[in-house]
Amino acid sequence: MNDQIKIMVVDDSSIIRKIIERGVTDKNYQLVGTASNGLEAIDIFKQTLPDIVTLDITMPEMNGLVVLEHLLAIKADVQVIVISALSDKGTAIEAIKKGAKSFIPKPFTTEQVQKTIEKLAVKVVS
Amino acid sequence: MTNKELKFVVDTTVNFFKETTGMSAECGIPYTKNGSPVMLEYSGIIGISGLRKGSIYFTSNQNLLQEMARRMLDGEEVGCDEFKDLSGEIANTISGNLRKVFGSDFHISVPVIVEGQARDIKLPKDIDAYIIPITWKENKAFLVVGLE
Repeated sequence: MNDQIKIMVVDDSSIIRKIIERGVTDKNYQLVGTASNGLEAIDIFKQTLPDIVTLDITMPEMNGLVVLEHLLAIKADVQVIVISALSDKGTAIEAIKKGAKSFIPKPFTTEQVQKTIEKLAVKVVS
Repeated sequence: MTNKELKFVVDTTVNFFKETTGMSAECGIPYTKNGSPVMLEYSGIIGISGLRKGSIYFTSNQNLLQEMARRMLDGEEVGCDEFKDLSGEIANTISGNLRKVFGSDFHISVPVIVEGQARDIKLPKDIDAYIIPITWKENKAFLVVGLE
């Protein structure tokens, strides 16, 4: 069932992208794209229309919270997990108010990401 | 910086290493420095704006970054690009986490990565930067916090 869920990973750090990608593919989800900045993220999102996106905030070209608004305008039911070093409550609340479904502060564990994806994948399937 | 703020910076740094590698780092006694900054082989620099202004950077030698990246990527061989990326990500994560103590008007830039000595990097002249020595698996690094 997991291979029907399309996931995209957005982070300007290649190491962080690799860690999240492994967490995604280890659980047999379909990794449809990765992006290292906000503009690239929107381009790839339009082409692949993923079900779930992991999204960093502090990135070149475009802030992740602005990217979030663009993604929701393209596909309103996309499940976005914001993963950010800005780990204060205010940032988490702002992300959720803007439409993110979950917020994971950095540093994070692969298990945290996998569990969060698992919860959101249930919503995608149902 | 107040003692409370400085303690939070140290705790955040220790936690970063513990969470990402499973092994805690040891932080030495922070000291202040004015003038030319301490820089090792790779440095990830974050500009700070908002109510507090200045910069925060993490600087280390290749050995530390290589060992950390291998642990984070389950033994995968890594190269210069990953060393630069990781030094930026360390600086970014620690700086971002400091919003918890400095508040939501503590804005961080994307990281600028410097290899080797950087003559153009200057700490604000009118403040003392806090240098936090870090030892992780016998490798030395420094977190430098220069805030107005």
